[in-house]
This record gives sequence, structure tokens and C-alpha cells, in this order.
Amino acid sequence: MGGFPILSAVVFLPLIGALIIMGVRTATAGSFSKEEAGKDNRAALLAGMIISGATFIASLAAFLSFDSNAAGYQLVEHYAWYGAVTYKVGVDGLSMPLILLTTFLTPICLLASWNSIHTRVTEYVVAFLVLETFMLGVFAALDIVLFYIFFEAGLIPMFLIIGIWGGKEKIYAAFKFFLYTLLGSLLMLVAVVYMFQAAGSSDIEVLEKFAFPPHVQTWLWLAFAASFAVKLPMWPVHTWLPDAHVQAPTAGSVILAGVLLKMGGYGFLRFSLPMFPDASHLFQPAMFALAVIAIVYTSLVAWRQTDMKKLIAYSSVAHMGFVTLGIFSFNEVGVQGAIFQMLSHGLISGALFLIVGVVYDRMHTREIAAYGGLVNRMPVYATLFMLFTMANVGLPGTSGFIGEILTMVGGFQASTWAAAGAALGVIFSAVYMLTLYRRTVFGEITNPKLEGIRDMSMIELVCIVPLALLTLLFGVAPNLIFHITEGATNRILSLMVGG
Amino acid sequence: MLDYTAMILAIGPELWLAAAGLVGVLLGALLKDRFNSLSFKYGALALFGAAAITLVFYQGGEAFGGLVRTNTFVNFAKFVSFSVGGFALIMSEGFLKRHETIRYEYVLLTIFASLGMGIILSASDLMTLYMGIETLSLSSYVLAAFHRDSARSSEAGLKYFVLGALASGMLLYGASLVYGFAGTTSYAGIFTADTSIGLLFGMVMMIVGLAFKVSAAPMHVWTPDVYEGAPTPVGAFFATAPKMASMVVFANVMFTAFGNILDQWQMVISIIAGMSMLIGSFGALTQTNIKRLLGYSSIANMGYALVAVAAGRETGAGALLIFMTLYVISSLGLFAGVLAMRRRGGMVESIDELGGLMSSRPWLAIALSILIFSIAGLPPFGGFFGKWEVFNAGIQAGLMPLAIILVVASVVSLGYYLRVVKIMWFDEPKERFEPIDGSVTLTVLVSAFVAGIVFLIFINALADWANTAALGLPS
Repeated sequence: MGGFPILSAVVFLPLIGALIIMGVRTATAGSFSKEEAGKDNRAALLAGMIISGATFIASLAAFLSFDSNAAGYQLVEHYAWYGAVTYKVGVDGLSMPLILLTTFLTPICLLASWNSIHTRVTEYVVAFLVLETFMLGVFAALDIVLFYIFFEAGLIPMFLIIGIWGGKEKIYAAFKFFLYTLLGSLLMLVAVVYMFQAAGSSDIEVLEKFAFPPHVQTWLWLAFAASFAVKLPMWPVHTWLPDAHVQAPTAGSVILAGVLLKMGGYGFLRFSLPMFPDASHLFQPAMFALAVIAIVYTSLVAWRQTDMKKLIAYSSVAHMGFVTLGIFSFNEVGVQGAIFQMLSHGLISGALFLIVGVVYDRMHTREIAAYGGLVNRMPVYATLFMLFTMANVGLPGTSGFIGEILTMVGGFQASTWAAAGAALGVIFSAVYMLTLYRRTVFGEITNPKLEGIRDMSMIELVCIVPLALLTLLFGVAPNLIFHITEGATNRILSLMVGG
Repeated sequence: MLDYTAMILAIGPELWLAAAGLVGVLLGALLKDRFNSLSFKYGALALFGAAAITLVFYQGGEAFGGLVRTNTFVNFAKFVSFSVGGFALIMSEGFLKRHETIRYEYVLLTIFASLGMGIILSASDLMTLYMGIETLSLSSYVLAAFHRDSARSSEAGLKYFVLGALASGMLLYGASLVYGFAGTTSYAGIFTADTSIGLLFGMVMMIVGLAFKVSAAPMHVWTPDVYEGAPTPVGAFFATAPKMASMVVFANVMFTAFGNILDQWQMVISIIAGMSMLIGSFGALTQTNIKRLLGYSSIANMGYALVAVAAGRETGAGALLIFMTLYVISSLGLFAGVLAMRRRGGMVESIDELGGLMSSRPWLAIALSILIFSIAGLPPFGGFFGKWEVFNAGIQAGLMPLAIILVVASVVSLGYYLRVVKIMWFDEPKERFEPIDGSVTLTVLVSAFVAGIVFLIFINALADWANTAALGLPS
């Protein structure tokens, strides 16, 4: 690739695309009759898919020039920007898979919106592309201020996505999402400013090596945790998530569960562990306790939900509990498992939201009670739903199993009780997922409106099947991921010891 | 032997403005109503000219035996104030024409107010400071009441006048105390004077007077009323140029005259800053009138700026210039947005009237959203760096409680800023606004582009310039 800034290209390609779409839309505004407006909408979606598809290809190209065996940051680009704050991007084994996950999910999200978004489609596409740039920026940033800017900027497009294209309570959900996350982020900003002054640099590589005094670490850690815990989300600051998920359009939920939540786990691994090792050790028991509460409590809450999306949202909180458990086990198995669980959950929960979206588009309700007996009319749907139910439960052979078992093994080495609590959660996850599956898919059709329901369309299959294939692939061959993440994991852990 | 050339150079922009104002009066007397429309171009020329002259004599100098002393710090503020004042004037013309109150007096008052800004920025003596403040204030009172047939406007003018006179009195009383105990009215003399309880008392009285001018809590109560009552272009002017000038003067007085007793006033300023941030952001939450909302928002933002003042000269001066520059640019754009809110021949001012702006005027809505997010200090827009600088200064000076209040106030303020964005983007479209003047649209778009995007990417240029300017402060 020579000196070509491939990573910046990946990050900013969607933004440039969004500007082009906006420009074209303004230039052609008003020249369409009503029938043509539909065509126009499709054109915007298509353009969005082409751009995000190109971004995916570009990210694959970046991946090809990525050396999985090297532990440090690669594809680094470093430019002067604002005094000691620099524009520095790069990837390692932790961020590369998350970047690929992002670029992979975005075109799927846009495709999934093909038949479900009819109003203000151009703005919708633009919002998604802008959001993609910010998400990629979060994972690629190697300067903490740059990271912060991307991290918080992502709130704006997500706020608009929930608020414009969401459900009945969208305004409430959008505000809750925004203000919850913002409060956490601003506390992080205080810590960022402090670190910036103490170390005289905002370069992540410098900060990793900078030894903050233990009592300072405690406060910095708490400030960062406030932000990441909201984002992950951890119990008890998870309450924005069910609202946001239920109200967001399907694609919004997919991106929220698939990528945005991962920023929390990424933040813990990128900042909290390597930069504040003493504080991380100090808070390990507390984090384990919160992780176990999240796993057990939200699983039980999920069980009692009557809304499909809410159930999956709570299940997301529970699965993120495993990520917390793995991260704070401070051993290779646990951290590898946590990264794997993030990726796997990105695929599985994304697919589950798409699956809910499929029936929602037909019936316009997410009430579990409104369904039942779908297997009679939608065999293909039932099969895919079954696959992802099992993956979410953590059945061997799916990627969900690998993530859960590894985080538990890692957690077990650190705390037997935490692992035991988490294991309880695995059982509960089977309870709520199978209950959901039984009540929607099996049995006789009781709701007469379901008689005429059609099975999945080609577009829906194209959205979901790739996710299914990857879920199975990573379930059988997890080494594909571990090979990439191993170097970064060991590096983070060695920084913890060295720091 | 007095060096007249150096003196003229030091007060160049003020001489220019004074001459422009007086010539304007003559032209008005000669041309009468024919001057009304022309005067806006004339005024803009005068203000931009003053900004240019400021740049020419940017390094500053001394005049009148130390009554006036300029340096890069105040000249930076002068340049920004005069420039935004000029823009505010340009975009006012259409409004006043439609309301049939287009009169050249408006322009002349703006010029004289700007002259006052120039004088207070140049002042290095309490007497000069007071004269400048009165020049600025008296012009402002009249401007606030410029719609003389409107009860709201007259009320705003009267309120502003009564409270402003009280604040001026406080300032003058404080200045006389300082003079009594320090034995001098020059900043440099006060700087070296012995600290005594009387001097501190006088200083606090002066702080009260200055806090009124920048509308910091608890001397803020006039702000929402005046913003609401005064004609919108006047509000746009008040929220930008005099804000920049008064805030920098506030800092200048604290840094140059009382710079060596930072420990004595840091707490006072911190409390004012904290109260402003909280009152401004909580107060705005329940507002339904966009101008009142901007009034409260400006109170909160003055609180942020005062954090930089409380941080002291070394850490705060540059940060203050950066923050205020970004703030006044965004503020100007937002007021231009308010000017665009016209329906059926009249102004509408309720926030709800912005409903669905995204569908009816997408570019205006996008620009306003950028401005709102920028003024809220939310990345990825330029305003973020303003807040970042203030934050940085506050933490560096060890003002942790203020930093925490800043965080809380920012979250609260996002609550109402987001409501405006929500109304523009989510709500059902209302009737389209009337077409607006090109100059207003241009101001909105340009300020959004500059404050939101240009200064995100090229923030280094602004920061370099401001930080270098801050070095000009006498230490």
C-alpha cells in the first residue's frame, strides 16, 4: 500500500459519501414527481450501500496489509493538528476486527432498511454513513482526544436515527440515550484533560507507558468507567438501552447492539486496563459483582418481557456482562474471550434484531403474544431464528459458545464465584431465548392476522444469511479471530504488568 | 516631549470610530432620511475599517501618560468585536427595513457602542475604563429601546438602563475605593499597591459592576428580558461584540490590575462562574421563547468563560480568547437564525415555530444544528475546542469543583439545546418561513461553517494566534 493512508480512507470514505449524497439530493430536490420520489429514495439507499460496501472493501484491503503476528499498532498515520493533540490513527489486533465488524454491518443495515424506511430516506442514509465514520474513528483513533471526539460525535447521528425514524416513544428514548451517554462521556473528558496535562501528550502510546500514581489512577479509572459502563452498558446504568432499542428502527438497533455497545468494551481494553492497572485490580471485585448481577438480573428481566425487542435488548446487557467478566479476569483466555464475545454478540444480536424486524415489518407489532405458530407459514424464518436463538444461548458450534465459555474460563481463574454466577446466566439465557422461540414460532396460529404472513424475502435473506454463516464459521474455527487478537491481548496484559 | 505619533497609533481604531461616528452624525443631518439605508453600509465600513486598523497597530502602544495602553491581548478582542459588530450590522438592515424603523441613528449608536468597546479594551486606568463603559452602556440602552413604539422594547431599554446604572454606580464606587486605598487609578499602580481590606472591598464592587456587563449570575437578571424585548438585531449585537469586549475587559482588569492578588479574587470569580453556569443552564430548560433561551444560554456561556478568568493569566488568557471567539461566532449565527424566523410579515419567536425546519429549509436547519452543537461544545464541531480550552485551563489551575460544575451544566444545557434540535428535526413541519435576506442566510451558513467546521480542522491557527496574543498581557 506504500504511503497511501488506507486507514484514514476507510474512516472518512462514508463521510465523503454522505456529503456527496447530500449534495446530489440538494441539486435534484424538487425535480421529482411523487411516483419518482420512491425511486429517489431507493437511489439514496443504493448509493449508501455502494459507499458502505466500498468502505467494507477498503477495510478488507486494510486488513490485508495488516500483520496479525505483530503486537503493536500498525498502519499508523500521524499528522500535526492542534498543539500536543495530534491526528493519529492506527490499528492493532483489538481494533481491526471491530473495524471489520462495523464496515460489515453498515451495508447490511442499509439493505435491511430497503422496505422499512419510507420517510426522509436521504437523511437516513446520510445519518448512517456519518455514524459509520464516527464509529470507525473511535476504533482507529490513537490519540485520546481524537478518540473522545469520535466517541461523543457518534451520539448525534444516533440521536437523529432514533428520534426521526423510531417508534412511538422515540423522543423520550432519543433524549435518554443522548443524555445518559453524554454524562458519562463528560466525566471521561475531565479525566482526559487531566491525563493530557499530566503526561503532556494525548498520544495513546505515550499514555500507555505513563505511570499514573495509584490514587490518581483510581479517580481516572472511575471517570473512564462512568463513560464505558454506560456505553457497554453495565447494570445499573443500562436502563437507556431497552428504551433506545425498542424505539430505534431495526437497522438502528442492529448498529446499536452490533457496534455502539462494543465501544464500551473496547474502551475498557484500550484505556482502563493498560493505563490504570492498579485501579483496575482495585476495582476487579466490584466489576465482577456488577458483571454477575448484569448477567443474572437482566437475564431474569429478559425472561419476563412481552416485547421481543426489549427481550433481546436485555439479553444484550446480559451478554455484555460476559464481556466485563472476561476483560476483568486479566488473563489471556478471559480477554481473548471478551473480544471474541464482542464480535460474536455483534453478529448474533444484530441478526436477532433483524429477525424481529422481519416480522415487525409484516405485522407492525413486537408483542410476543401477537405471534405463535410462525413455523407453519415461515419455515425458512423459523430455521434462521432457531440458529440465532441457539447462538444466543451459547450452543457449541456457534460463536456464542466460544465467547461465553472463554470468558467464564478466564473468570474462573480469577474468581470461582464470579464464574459460577455467570454460569447461572447461561442457563437463564436458555430459558428466555427458548421461551421466546416457543411462543413465537411453535404452536398453532392463534392470531388470525398471521394466516397470510409471507416467508422471508430475498432481501431479508441476503441480510441475515451472511451473519448466520459467520456465526457458524467462528463457532467452528474460532482461531480465525484468536489469531488476530492474540498479539494485542498479550500486549495489553503485559502493559498491565509493566505499568 | 510627547510622542504624538505613537499616541495616535495606540488609539488608532478609536480615533477612526469616533471620526466615523461624528461624520455619520453630520451626514445624517445633511442627508436626513436618504442616509437611512446607506448608513448601514457606512457603519459596516466603519467597523470593518476599525478592525483593519486594529490589525495594523496590532502590537499596541501607550497614550495619554498611561491612561490608554494596548497590547495584543486586547487588540485580539478588538478585532473580533469590531468584525462581528460589522456583520451584526449588515444583517440588521433587512429586519429594520421591514419593521419600518430603519434609521441611521441605529448605525450611529452601534458605532458609538463600538467606540466604547474600543475604549474599555484600551483602558489601563480606572477613569478611562469608566468612560468607555458609559459610552458603551448609554448607546446600548438606547439601542435596546430602539423600537420606541413597542412596549416590550421600551421596557427592555428601561430595565437595562435602571439596572445598568446601578451596576455602573457599583463599579464607580468600587473604583473610588480602590483609588482611595491604592492611591492611584492606573492598573499598573494598583498592581503594585499594598493589599488592604479597602482595596479588596473596592475590587469586589468592581467585579459586581463588570459581572453585570457580561451578564454573569447573580447580576444576570436583565439578560433574558433585554434579549427578548430588544429588537432581534440589537439582541444579535448585544450577544456578540459587547460580550467579547466586556469579557476580555473583565479579564484584563483582573489580570493587569489585580493580577498579583489572584488568590483573593479567584474564589469570587469561581463562585460567579459556577452560579452563572448553573443558573444559565437550568434557567434555559423551561424557556419557550428562542430569544430568552439564547439569553440564558449566554449566561451559562459567560460562566464557562469566567472559568478561564478564574484560572488566572498564565493558563486562562489564551483559553478565554479562543472560547470567546468561537462563542461569538456561533452566537451571531444563531441570532441570524432567529432573524430568519418570519411568517406572515411578522417575527415569530416561540421555539415551537422552528418545527420541521429540516423538511422546509434543510440547509438552514443543518447550519443551526451545527451552531447549536458547537455552542454546546459537543464534538465534532469547533465549539468543542472552546470548551476543551476552558476545561483545560480550569483543571490546570486546580479548580476541580468548577470543572465538575462545568460538566453538570453542559449536560443540563444539552437538554435544552437538544430540544431545539428535536423540534427542528423531529416535529411536524410548520408553515414555511418567509424568504429571508441573503445577508442573513449567508451569516448563518458562514458562521456555522467557520465555527463548526473550519475551526475544528484549523483550530491550531486560531489557538496559536490567541495564545500569542495572550502573551501580550503585561506580567
